[in-house]
Amino acid sequence: MSERALSRRMRPLRHVTFTLGLVITLCLLATAALSLVYTPQDPLEMSIGGRLQGPSGHHLLGTDQFGRDLLSRIMTGAVTSILVGVIAVGIGMGVGVFLGMLSGYFGGWLDEGFMRLMDAVQGFPAILSALLITAVFRPSITISMVAIGVAFLPVFARLTRAAFLELRDRDFVAAARALGAGDAALIARHILPNTLSPLIVQATISFPVAILAEAGLAYLGLGTQPPHPSWGLMLREAQAFLGLNPWFAIFPGGAIAVTVLGLNLLGDGLRDLLDPKMAG
Amino acid sequence: MATLLFVSVLVFVVVRILPGDPALVIMGTEGSGEAAARLREAMGLNRPLVVQYLDWMARALVGDLGRSIQYDVPVGGLILSRLSVTLPLTLMAAGFMALAAIPVGVFAATHQRRWGDYLSMTLSQIGVAVPGFWAGLLLILLFSVRLGWFHSGGFDGWAQGVGSALKSLLLPAVALGLFQFAVLARTTRSAILEVLREEYVTTARAKGVPERTVLFRHTLRNAMIPVLTVAGVQLGQLMAGSIILESVFYLPGLGRLALGAISARDLPVVQGVVLFVASVIVTINVAVDILYGFLDPRIRYE
Repeated sequence: MSERALSRRMRPLRHVTFTLGLVITLCLLATAALSLVYTPQDPLEMSIGGRLQGPSGHHLLGTDQFGRDLLSRIMTGAVTSILVGVIAVGIGMGVGVFLGMLSGYFGGWLDEGFMRLMDAVQGFPAILSALLITAVFRPSITISMVAIGVAFLPVFARLTRAAFLELRDRDFVAAARALGAGDAALIARHILPNTLSPLIVQATISFPVAILAEAGLAYLGLGTQPPHPSWGLMLREAQAFLGLNPWFAIFPGGAIAVTVLGLNLLGDGLRDLLDPKMAG
Repeated sequence: MATLLFVSVLVFVVVRILPGDPALVIMGTEGSGEAAARLREAMGLNRPLVVQYLDWMARALVGDLGRSIQYDVPVGGLILSRLSVTLPLTLMAAGFMALAAIPVGVFAATHQRRWGDYLSMTLSQIGVAVPGFWAGLLLILLFSVRLGWFHSGGFDGWAQGVGSALKSLLLPAVALGLFQFAVLARTTRSAILEVLREEYVTTARAKGVPERTVLFRHTLRNAMIPVLTVAGVQLGQLMAGSIILESVFYLPGLGRLALGAISARDLPVVQGVVLFVASVIVTINVAVDILYGFLDPRIRYE
């Protein structure tokens, strides 16, 4: 690889926001991956004698109300956060892109209908859907994924639709059509790949929003349920013991904040790098 | 409007159809088949669904949201009484958000690419990363557990004195407003930077208008258009967010009403609160749209 090519490839790393975000995100992923094979202690092992301890050599971040090791629980909580984030954004993006694609490509009454539907979903906060759904079903991690994912639908649908509207009459599309490409091939092979970069940016921006929402729902008892480890759930439990062990409330919240900060920085950086038009 | 229609249909579908037979739900395990049939007839559950929906909507429009199963009082009254907590909380948070965010945003924009800008933008990055309920817990830790300045939660009601009521809403309002403050500060900053690039600003500067006047008369007024739009949308989000903060501070508002109703399987209350909050959000958004037309004469609605 020539030196110039190398320096071009390394250029994103000179973007401070992007690099900082990338480092924090990689640490998060590494922590989550590590927790699958190793945690300092068993995150489920209780010890009545060692309840609500502050940080110590044995328990680096202290223990919870059952004497379980907080560091180990926070590590496994990262998996839940990532899982909910990925699936919620996946639902929003998958369905949103599909609707936006059809809207933008075919237009007409289909477009009108889908967009009115998106208007309707827009402005309906995930917390209200979650309230409504948990009124009928038992709260679960699935409910938070769906409630959060649905809230993401409009933004992905609109982005995709706008990109398709812009691209569908371009010459390269007309050329492909003249060569006999059908609707499906035009959409999937020719137009969709050209809409990817704003969608990737949007997915990155949505990811931390999903993580915050998951924590909030779990905190209210509407989302992730025990014994699934979740940072929001840990804070719910910690609230009763604020006076006895403040660390119990500080560390899980800190984990959320650092994670979201890292992902936000990564998203902002990606937007600057991939999509200069959107840079603020 | 589409949102309201959607929400009302959704609320209706989820609550009326998904849990099975409401008559059986209300009767619990003790109801006999015959009694359930009578109740079903009395509740009008034998009519076509569309008729039931229209009937329910017609009642909701005049404020009749049904009766709470748990308290046996009208849901509408219950919501109104809890609103005396949620509404002040939301408004205080909005006030805090706007009063803090606009100066910070202006400051950051006028000190672009200097330490003041970097400092304020770092603060706002942190603000959007910290979950409101965790901020609430930290405030309780600091001001209640450590310093003992505030109660860690609870609300005595307005009858006990406006001062103490406002005091118990102060920490929750700050925690609730923090996230939206950070968003609004960034919006203000970029709106001002945008306007500062306009030619009329250059013209004003060129003809010797003092920088203060350029900032306050020419820039700020125009930059406020997007800022107010965002702030309006945020007002609705603050109301939704208050559901969480009420739990952190044990405030008897709409959010706790809904959560309590969920544990008690009090469906009409859940239904009422969701419909009410969603309607408020929709109303605010429509109001913002209209206001937008007033503020910026270039925008006209057909």
